[in-house]
Amino acid sequence: MSATTTPRTVNRRDFLKLTGLAGGGFALAFQIRSARGGATSAGGDFRPNAFIRIAASGAVTIVSKQPEMGQGVKTSLPMIIAEQLEVPWSSVTIEQGDFDEKLYGGQSAGGSRSTPNNYDQFHLLGATVRTMLVEAAARTWKVPAAECRAVEGTVVHSSGKKLGYGALAATAATLEVPAKEAVRLKEPKDFKLLGKRIAQVDTPRIVTGQPLFGLDLRVPGMLYAVYEKCPAFGGKVVSANLDFIKTLPGVKDAFILEGNGKVKELNPGVAIIADSTWAAFSARRQLKVTWDEGKVASESWDTFVAEARAKAAGPGQRTLRRDGDVAQALAGAAKKVSAEYVYPFISHANLEPQNTTAHFREGRLELWSPTQVPANGVAMVTRVLNIPADKITLHLTRAGGGFGRRIGTDYLVEAAAIAQRVPAPVKLTWSREDDLRHDQYRPGGLHFLQGGLDAQGRVTAWKNHFFTFGEGGQPGSGGSLSPDEFPGRWIPNFLAEQTMFDTGWPMGPWRAPGSCVFSWVFHSFIDELAHAAGRDPLEFRLELLGTRDEMPAGGGGGGKGKQGGGYSVARMRNILKFTAEKAGWGKKKFARGSGAGIAFHFSHQGYFAQVAEVTVSKDGQVKVDRFVTGGDVGRQIVNLSGAENQVEGSVVDGLGTLLTQELNIERGRVVQGNFHEYPLIRITDSPAKIETHFLSTDHPTTGIGEPAIPPVAPAVCNAIFAATGKRVRQMPLSRVDLRWS
Amino acid sequence: MKYSLTVNGANRTVDVAPDTPLLWVLRDHLELTGTKFGCGIGQCGACTVHLNGVPTRACMTPVSTVGRMKVTTIEGLAPAAGKLHPLQQAWTELDVAQCGYCQPGQLMTAAALLRDNPKPTDEDIDGALAGNICRCGTYTRIRQGIKRAAELTAGGKEAAR
Repeated sequence: MSATTTPRTVNRRDFLKLTGLAGGGFALAFQIRSARGGATSAGGDFRPNAFIRIAASGAVTIVSKQPEMGQGVKTSLPMIIAEQLEVPWSSVTIEQGDFDEKLYGGQSAGGSRSTPNNYDQFHLLGATVRTMLVEAAARTWKVPAAECRAVEGTVVHSSGKKLGYGALAATAATLEVPAKEAVRLKEPKDFKLLGKRIAQVDTPRIVTGQPLFGLDLRVPGMLYAVYEKCPAFGGKVVSANLDFIKTLPGVKDAFILEGNGKVKELNPGVAIIADSTWAAFSARRQLKVTWDEGKVASESWDTFVAEARAKAAGPGQRTLRRDGDVAQALAGAAKKVSAEYVYPFISHANLEPQNTTAHFREGRLELWSPTQVPANGVAMVTRVLNIPADKITLHLTRAGGGFGRRIGTDYLVEAAAIAQRVPAPVKLTWSREDDLRHDQYRPGGLHFLQGGLDAQGRVTAWKNHFFTFGEGGQPGSGGSLSPDEFPGRWIPNFLAEQTMFDTGWPMGPWRAPGSCVFSWVFHSFIDELAHAAGRDPLEFRLELLGTRDEMPAGGGGGGKGKQGGGYSVARMRNILKFTAEKAGWGKKKFARGSGAGIAFHFSHQGYFAQVAEVTVSKDGQVKVDRFVTGGDVGRQIVNLSGAENQVEGSVVDGLGTLLTQELNIERGRVVQGNFHEYPLIRITDSPAKIETHFLSTDHPTTGIGEPAIPPVAPAVCNAIFAATGKRVRQMPLSRVDLRWS
Repeated sequence: MKYSLTVNGANRTVDVAPDTPLLWVLRDHLELTGTKFGCGIGQCGACTVHLNGVPTRACMTPVSTVGRMKVTTIEGLAPAAGKLHPLQQAWTELDVAQCGYCQPGQLMTAAALLRDNPKPTDEDIDGALAGNICRCGTYTRIRQGIKRAAELTAGGKEAAR
């Protein structure tokens, strides 16, 4: 960046800070009061959010501050600014900002928060700059600003004369920044860009193979590193044949790092530094390490599953939620259903293996990394390696997939620790085996469910003994069941209990953490109840949701849940009906072996319902013929192409996870090492037809990277039941016998 | 060992170990990083290049076996500077990519398919592209993109950048 600003605190007013640019352009850093919390206090209450640059030539540059990993924010968020700025999209250049939260505000990409966290601010930023350009033209022409309007990168006077933004930039740079109240936002009816299908701005580079990703990075004089960690989680290096490794072709150095004792931070291991990736990979094949595997090497998935089954009927360690009297309601139920659901640990498997390039010199560290949460990386480096944050520069590269994996920054701190020992820039490249065996996994789990129906086929009782996995006394990310998770709060007699296995296995957020599995379990079991009641699965769900419009958070003794507050039953009912209508639910006749299933889920502020139509061959192969999604993410779809792509990807991801994905953890280590053992979904299993429909509602615009994934698996499994009468209670499907005759 | 290669029509010489996969020769030594590393065992297809026009896994191809075969990478897919291949044009029109990491491999595989089968069906596409993983799940658009490229080719439309 050629312009910089210093953040400062301004009381009770949003403001823009101007900085003159060489060549007569101007740049604006936007600062706005934090949207979080009502009260403001001195320091840290205002945050800068973005940069716009308009050159004298009229060229518009928008800096994108958010990490881009395929979720499309490098395109969609600048679209908001460009819309309000009133510039043709073709005239805009997007630059990826480095990590600098003092300048830009938060730069975390996770939890489908990039859009809601920035949406309003970006509108205001673009509109403010447009207002200033209009004012600049009015002063130039000595006419009232009200007689001028912005049109596609120019300001036009009612007399017909016009000036381009470039010609106005120098004058605009001398103006006071207008107060928020003096800025008029463009109305949605006047939007030219938002809601349209716009190709990602990196598309030209992607399709021609230009360098873009972390792994593509090249720094002059760069060396290449690999890092071997103990196969068993948390194991330590006792010794390694370093002297021999150092004699191998291309090897520059080899050394042991102790690690900091935290399996999600800097693990102990052996680094090999070479003059090429292949030299490092080749030397690694001859590396011999003696490990102290530690206590985690006694822990296996199968043992935990057996223990869970043995304890299922007993009480849980914790009561998550208790409403009414489940035991009595079950005893008095007209019909009872019970089932065990189980899903395994899985990996994120970003197609671009983890990597970071690092250069440490004279106490300063420069990093290039595909990370979702750069602040985590810098904080971890500061904590583990004692390098002050102000001595760290972090450049954000495009990431070849995120899915939550790159919220963890273990690979970044590894690269930094290696760089401290290497007198040159060094690129750390993980192998696929490193990636699958040292992920921060989505935890597996088991649910032992009992449900009761009354004589009218209404759900009167729901009991769940949930077995989860944790680290340090807390469930891992995605292993924590909110007391408010649907259908908690909806059923009068409800008991959710939890038993947790404390392990040394690293766990982390996997796309729609928790929701991605709980929705499968609960919407499958709801389907079981619907069929037991002899009811249509859609009608049964609508009845379960009930007639109230809002469901308050809390109750049941569990405290306020993660999903607490703001579950709009009305929005869910509407999207469920809307989706069923789009899918033609109940109107189609299916031959035996084919059928439709339905599910819905609320997460990440998005309301989603989905209908799957499947065919199961007699030999048990599942084909998704059609998949229909209805989504309500508020008022405005920002980039329709990007939003549809996220939903299409979620459908494929949810299906792929269901079909084949499973990690076996034996003796504290992951068995699977590469894609021949851990198959990802391929085009051959991708649905023949994916339809995506959005329902605009009068609510704030929210994110779309995650909320479409949770209902996918239950919709497919409920369709499999409709097709075959076989209920899927285990993931992945490759373990389930679906043959029929 | 010194190897003389023909890459995207140009002669390139590298001095590397004979077992060095073509993938790493391209990426580390020739600075052609469009060909991606995804698995290293020929499972994901991100490293797909053409050897004499045949889609090949560069991660499994030792440089010593390349010989005089013509290597075409994603950087050499476009017919000329300033022009895009119909597939690149279609990928842009349809905004196929999400993260984009697998797309060079998808495009190289698709290019060979289209050359041999100018009007592929969904089944043809699925058969040809089955070796290319897209972790983001853009398969629906990949199918559409290939069909759109087939249209562009058949229509003889100029696929200008």
